[in-house]
Parts: sequence; structure tokens; C-alpha cells
Amino acid sequence: MIPAAMPSEFQAVTVDYLAIAPMLIVVGGALIGVIVEAFAPRERRHTVQVWLTTTTLLVALAVLAVWSRDHMAVTLGGSIAVDGVALFLQGTLLALSVLGVLVMAERFGGVGSDAFTPMGASTPGSTQESVATRAGYATSEVFPLTLFAVVGMMIFVSANDLITMFVGLEVLSLPLYIMTGLARRRRLLSQEAALKYFLLGAFSSAFFLFGAALLYGYSGSTDLKELSRAITTSTGDLDALLLPGVVLVLVGLLFKVGAVPFHSWTPDAYQGAPTPVTGFMAACTKLAAFGAILRLTYVGVGANRWDWQLGVVAVAILTMVVGAVLSVTQTDVKRLLAYSSVAHAGFILVGVLAFSQAAIGGVMFYLLAYGAMTIAAFAIVTMVRQDGSEASHLSQWAGLGRRHPVVAGSFAFLLLAFAGIPLTSGFTAKFAAFAPAVESGTTGVVMVVVGVLASAVTAFVYVRLIVLMYFTEPVEGVVALTPSIPSTVAITVGLAVTLIAGVAPTWVLQLAGNASQFLL
Amino acid sequence: MTSLPLLTLMIVVPVVGAVVVAALPAASARLARPVALGVSLVTLALAVLAWVGFDSGSTELFQLTETYAWIPQFGVSYALGVDGIALALIVMAAILTPVCLLAAWNDVPEAESGRLKRYFALMLVLEAFMVGVFAATDVFLFYVFFEAMLIPVYFLIGMYGGPRRQYAAMKFLLFSLAGGLIMLVSVIAVYFAGPGGENGFLVENLIGNVEGSTGALRWMFVGFFIAFAVKAPMWPVHTWLPDAATEARPATAVLLVGVLDKVGTYGMIRFCLQLFPEASQWATPVVLTLAVISVVYGALLAIGQTDMMRLIAFTSISHFGFIVLGIFALTSVGGAGSTLYMVNHGFSTAGLFLIAGFLVTRHGSKRIPDYGGWQRVTPVLAGTFLVAGLSSLALPGLSSFVSEFLVLQGTFMRYKVAAVIAAFGIVLAALYILLMYQKVMTGPKPVFADGAAPADLSLRERWVVAPIILSFVVLGFYPKPVLDVINPAVDKTMQIVGVSDPAATASGSAK
Repeated sequence: MIPAAMPSEFQAVTVDYLAIAPMLIVVGGALIGVIVEAFAPRERRHTVQVWLTTTTLLVALAVLAVWSRDHMAVTLGGSIAVDGVALFLQGTLLALSVLGVLVMAERFGGVGSDAFTPMGASTPGSTQESVATRAGYATSEVFPLTLFAVVGMMIFVSANDLITMFVGLEVLSLPLYIMTGLARRRRLLSQEAALKYFLLGAFSSAFFLFGAALLYGYSGSTDLKELSRAITTSTGDLDALLLPGVVLVLVGLLFKVGAVPFHSWTPDAYQGAPTPVTGFMAACTKLAAFGAILRLTYVGVGANRWDWQLGVVAVAILTMVVGAVLSVTQTDVKRLLAYSSVAHAGFILVGVLAFSQAAIGGVMFYLLAYGAMTIAAFAIVTMVRQDGSEASHLSQWAGLGRRHPVVAGSFAFLLLAFAGIPLTSGFTAKFAAFAPAVESGTTGVVMVVVGVLASAVTAFVYVRLIVLMYFTEPVEGVVALTPSIPSTVAITVGLAVTLIAGVAPTWVLQLAGNASQFLL
Repeated sequence: MTSLPLLTLMIVVPVVGAVVVAALPAASARLARPVALGVSLVTLALAVLAWVGFDSGSTELFQLTETYAWIPQFGVSYALGVDGIALALIVMAAILTPVCLLAAWNDVPEAESGRLKRYFALMLVLEAFMVGVFAATDVFLFYVFFEAMLIPVYFLIGMYGGPRRQYAAMKFLLFSLAGGLIMLVSVIAVYFAGPGGENGFLVENLIGNVEGSTGALRWMFVGFFIAFAVKAPMWPVHTWLPDAATEARPATAVLLVGVLDKVGTYGMIRFCLQLFPEASQWATPVVLTLAVISVVYGALLAIGQTDMMRLIAFTSISHFGFIVLGIFALTSVGGAGSTLYMVNHGFSTAGLFLIAGFLVTRHGSKRIPDYGGWQRVTPVLAGTFLVAGLSSLALPGLSSFVSEFLVLQGTFMRYKVAAVIAAFGIVLAALYILLMYQKVMTGPKPVFADGAAPADLSLRERWVVAPIILSFVVLGFYPKPVLDVINPAVDKTMQIVGVSDPAATASGSAK
């Protein structure tokens, strides 16, 4: 198609401010956070930032729930679609981010956040670093960075235009690259993870951008709706651009969810990043990226899905199998959870590929359930210590159930949820994602069969960890620190969501089901 | 009929009991045992009420029903109800639980108060799930109970079992979970093949309404069947059972083999036969072959065992072969025999495991060669062990005989070869039971190193054994009350499958 003629005069876009108010509030909060960083006295900065960040997120959530809900609109010249799916995902994102921030705020009695280095720019092990520690420095800038990442995610799930989607992708990724490199302990590992994540992330962004360019060449627009229209009315002239474009854009997005074969950054980044950031990343980035995948595949390029669907089916199957099998050999709890998150990405993809309204609801429910349990799980990982540093090696978790029954019990419950045992949210979520896939036909059934077999493998991994915690002799010197009130709240909420969404999921399912409609 | 939600109460009471037991302060942890026993007796009383309130002449598919919407988006209801088959199994579970609690009285030393409380709490949780899994009349709810009950069993084996408990617990969990997850695919598929809607998972809505291509229905059948075959357990997916039964405490082993594994055979009747009549008939030759192999294989391996608990586990594999044989013979006699067998097998296995357990606590060894001549030391123990053994080998007059005979008769009506081969299982049963008895109990009086001969059964242990032996005799001589409850349900199943018994003549007019 030939691009439409340039408009004769400039037309200002109309903006539905109430629809995008939550995003604006978070941007505002982030900017204030930057100013606070510059002007607030050092000893008060941590407290101020934590209050500012959580308040911003909660206000945004409240505005979203009260006002934006009734202002569903495609706004900003068609580049942002605030519809049911976007609102549900944005709301979930805000709620999960609150939990994530509460975990990041954990100080364990120190000056700044316990998980973050006092000075990101210092060479690991240098005098500069120890001086910074002694001077009571703290990288409280992670809080505004988190807010920026959340804004990017919110744009990502509501972007109705490939350019906007790319902007969202970058806005969410760049802060995360920085945050990944800020771990207080094992600094080199953290920096390595950040660099790896950055390089591979930049690479995948390039894929996305190249794909978007091809799709623009094909349809003459970056608007997803226009793209969809171009596919259905195609005359066949430029069809050679379509499939490569779709594939490249999908590669960019599948990278973010950690689907195989684009998953290689996941274990390293998850292991190296400060653990609260890992939890935030695992829950929220995955949610945002799946939001974008849903919108791209359902609104944008769904019309020619028969051309590319089989490839994504293969990716989904590979993701489940590789994620499950490789999690068996892991000896580090963070890497284990990373591979499990890869497997979960595969399960969610199975739901996405069902292409029905029920599937949208199921996937959104899955993202919420998975996010809540992941943040809580990583929060617990931060608490288990040996000689002051995180005891992330599996052997250090031996016998934790004897010493710290509550901590180990909570973690075991979350592991059962990851495994998808009934009466936890993990089971309901799996059911919600798999049922539409079974309904969709033979391909769906095949994926679900692979999915349940992969679940059995991952269940082995989780149960082995439970065995380790309960049935073996405790390791000397491993303790679970007592969390402060904020992270206790975060863990409790995560556990409660996991339980409630498993036992009485009706309300959340209803919400997700009602919201599972894209605005065209 | 009573207006009390009896089935829900039978789930809630043990759960509340478990919470109370687990929450007891450490100082009064000794109370865990009497409290748990009391709770299980209350549950038993409720089961008796259910039995009394059950009308075996009713034409309803399920009685004592309770249906509430649970997750309408998925078509899931919280629906409980029983037919004769489920009721018989629930009552059996309700009787065996207090018996097992009493048998497990000294399994955990009093000093370890935390472990003691958790042990009895887990047993009660398990009882609640057992009632739930048999009473669920919603496929999804059944699946939830089916999977959820793995957790207490897993901990019961893994925390309180023998030296290789972790291996056994893990093996048990993985086998069951893998089977269950395969069933999950079928569970989802059944919903879409059925009428759907907010009550789409109710068994009564699904029976006769599961539609789809023959191939699809057969795949769904296979999904259910694999899960139940693992649970039952049938050859070749039986290998977890000997490990689990040996490593678990005897009381746990009883609940596992005697009650939980019945979920497999019960599921075959409730879901495989009733939901997929055509596929069931299609699968019959294969299933019967596997069942006959299980009968003979289990018996042969039982003969070769030197570990008492393993031996009993293998006898169970053989007996489960009989049960499956009777179910898939698709005759009302076979079906009734199998259902009765499920109940009888529960009691006779309980007898064998628990009395063998008493023996092991006295001598500290599970190995048969370590024994000999014990009937001179502990005559009551030896006598009751013999009775339990004789019941297990189906001596006429004891309960298993009735059911085994019915199974073989029902099978012979349609599948003569299978019945004849399976009948050898009875001969082999005499061998493994009597050989074990001979090696353990007969012979010269054993000499004990410290000179103190072990005591015979204590009063508590006699109370454990008494109801079991009573059941052998009552059900052996007068099985009518149970059969009266079972038969209508079995007949209904046969109607749903669409088969009628072949004519009793030898002409073989019906296939």
C-alpha cells in the first residue's frame, strides 16, 4: 500500500487525559523522585523515596480503578489504547510494582536498601566503595528508576502503534539494565548480568525496530489497526515484507518474556540482579511483554496468523521443555526460579496461541497470579542469609524448615503454586490458560499435553527443594532474617493472592474475563 | 434423608480437627492423639448417619447431594453426592481412619511434640481429602481432591517413613502427579465435549452428553485411564507402590493402599465407564490383559519377596488386578464383585499391614528370614495375622472370598480365558500368604538375646485388630447389606455403558 498523503495542515491530536492519567501520575512521581534525589538530605532520602514511590503507585492505581475505568478510549492519535485489557494489565502492574517496591525498600537495619550497592559507579572491592559504605551512601535512585520502568510497562501494554510500543519497550528496559547492575553483594556478577542483559536487550530492540520498519513498509502505517486492515485488504504486492516483519517484531517481544531460544539472558540476569529487582523484573516485565504480545497478535497481525502461528507454537513447546528440563540441573535458587519463569512463559504462550476471548482473560489471570507469587518468592529469597550474604545456593537451603518453619512454609506454599497444585493460584492460572488452548483444536491440545508433562518435570524440581528444606539436616550458619514491615506486607499480600486466587478465584476471573476485550 | 450437609461435614470436621491438633500448645501435645481419634470417631458417626440416610431403592443417580457454584467461569461447582459405590468407600475410609490412628499411637515419640502433632494432623487432613475425592460429583472438584491429597501423603511418607523415605515419597509423588496432569488434559477436554455452561463439570450433566469424534473420546478415556492405572496401581505403572508401602509407616500404608488407591478403581467406574461408554468397550481387551498380568505378576513377585511390607504391597497389586478385571468385564456381577472387593481389600490389607507393623515394632526388622516361631511367643498376634492372611487369600467364609468369586464369575460370563488365568492368582495367593506365615510364625521358639520375649498384642492393638477381623467375618457371611447398597449403582453404571449381562446359559448367545 502507498502511504497516505501528508495532511495539508497540522492537526493536534486529541488526548483523553483521564484515560492516561495513571501513566501521567507515575511519570510525575518519577520526576519528583529525581528532584528528591538531588535535594533531600541523604539520611532521609530512603524514607522519602519509599513513601513517594508507593504513594505515587497507589494513587495511580486508585485513579485507574475509579476514573480511567470509565474512560476507555483509543487516544493520542490512535497510539495508545486504554481498553479493558490495558486497564487490567496496568492495574495489575501498579499493584505488583507496589509489592516490588516494598521489597526493594527492605533495609534489614542498614542505612539504604539492603539489596543495592551504596555506589553503583565504584569499582567492586575498591576503596571508593568502602568509603561510600562508611559515608552511608545509598542508591535510592532505584525508586525513581522503578517508576520510569513502570511507566514504560504501562505504555507497553497499551501501545496501539509499533513506534509507541518501541518507546515503551525502551523506557521499561533502560532503567532495568541499570538496576540489574546495582547489587550490593557479588558486584561483578551483577555488573556482568547488567551488561549481558543490556547487550542482548539492545540486540532484541534492534530486531523489533527492523521488524516494525518492514511492517511500516508493508502497510504504510505503524498503527496496529491499520496494519490489520492492510493484511485483510492486501493485494499481494508487498506480502514479502509481512512475514519477516511479524517474525522480527515477535522476536523482540519474545526476548522480553524469556521464550526459548531467546531466553539465554534470563538465568544470568535473574541471578546477578539484586533479588528484589529480579522479582520485580520477573513479575512485571513478563506481564508487560505478554500484554504487548497479546495486543500485537490479536489486534495487529492476527489476520495472517496462519503464516506465523506454527513458528510460535514451536517456540512455546521449546520454551516449556527447555525451561522445565534445565531447571532440573540448577543449583542456585535464583537460577532455578529463572528457568521456572522460562517454563511459565511457555505455559502463558500456550494460552496466547488459543486466539479466543477466553484466552485473553486466562492469560491475564495467569500474569497476575504468577506476578504475585514471584515477587513473594524472591522476597523470601532475600531473607535467607549465610554470613550476611544471600544464601542462594540450594545446599544452603537444607533444613530451613526446621529452623524457620514460617519462612520455609511460605516458600513451600509458593513452590506448590509454581508447580500448579490445586487450591493454589498456580493451578487456577494453568487451568485458565490451558482450557482455551484445548478448546482451540488439535494444536492446542498437543501444546497442553507438552505443558502438563513439563509441569510434572518442574514439579519434581520444586518438590525437591521442599524436600531439601524439610527432610534434611540444617546447615550451620544459615539464618532467615526478620523482614521489616514493608516486605512482610509484600510477602503476605503475595501469599494471600496465591491462596485466594486458588481457592476462590471467581472475582478475579470475572474481572479478567470482563476486561478481555480489545478496543479497536 | 436428613437435611444436614453430611458429606461437607465429613470433610470439614477432620480439617477443623487437624487445625486444632496442629495448633495444640507444645505442653499439651500428648492430647494430639486422643483429640485426633475423637475427631475421626465423630466423622465415623457422620458416616453412619449417611449410611442410614441413604436410600438404596432410590432412582436418583446421587444422594445426599449438595451443589453450589464455585468457579462459574470454568463451569466448576462445589458438588458432593454419593451413590452406593462412593458411600461404601467413604464408610470404609471412615472406619479405617480411627483404626489407623489407634495403630499409629506410638509411631512418633512423645518427646518430639511438634512432629507428633503434625503426624496426626496430616492423617486427619488426609481423611478429609479421602471423603472429598469419593464424594465429589464434579469432575473438576474430583481432580482438585485427587491432586491435593498427594500433599499430606507425601509428607506422611517423606517425614515419618523408613530409611529410604525421601526416595519413596518422591517416586510416589511424581508417578501420581504425572498421571494426574495427563488426566487434567482430559478433564479440560471433557468440559468442552460436554454441555458446557456454569455447571458443565457436574457428572450428572456430563453422563450421556460427552460428545465428540470417536477418536477424541478415546483419547480422553486414555487420559483418565492412565491416571487411574497409576493410582490403582496396575502393571506396568505399579513400581511406586512397593517402595511407598515399605517406607511408609504401617498406618500410612493402610490409608495409602487400602483407601487412596481405591480412587483409581473408583475413578475407572465413575469416569472411564460412565463418561466414555464406547471408549470403555473399545479399550476392554487391553485393560483386561493388563489386569490379568497384574494379577499374576503381583502374585509371583509377592512370593519372591523377603520384606514383609513389600510382599503385602505386591499382593495388593495382584488384588487390584482382580478389581480392574471385574470392572472391565462389564457385567453387573463383576461390577458388584469389584466394588465389594474394594471394601474388603481395604480391610484385609489393613489387617496385614497393621499386624505386620506390630510385629516389626517388636522385632525391629521387616525381613521375613529374621523371624520364625513367633506363634509360640505372640500367639494372639500370630492368630490374627493368620486370619488376615486367610481373608487376603480369599478363604470361603471370609470377606474376600465373596468378592473374588463374584469378580471371577462376572468375568467368566464374558471373558472365559481371562477368568481362568486370573483364577490362578488365587492359587498363588495361597502360596504367598501361607509361605509367609510359615516362615514368620511357625518353627522352633525363637531365642532372644536379652532373654526378654516380646509381649503379645496390647489392649490398644487388640482394639485395632478387632474391627478388622469383625469385618472379615461379617462381610464374609452376610455381605447383603453392602451389596444392597452397591448393586443399584453398579446396575446403573452398566445401563449407562449400555451393556447387559450375557445369558446365563452356556450357549454364549451374547458376546
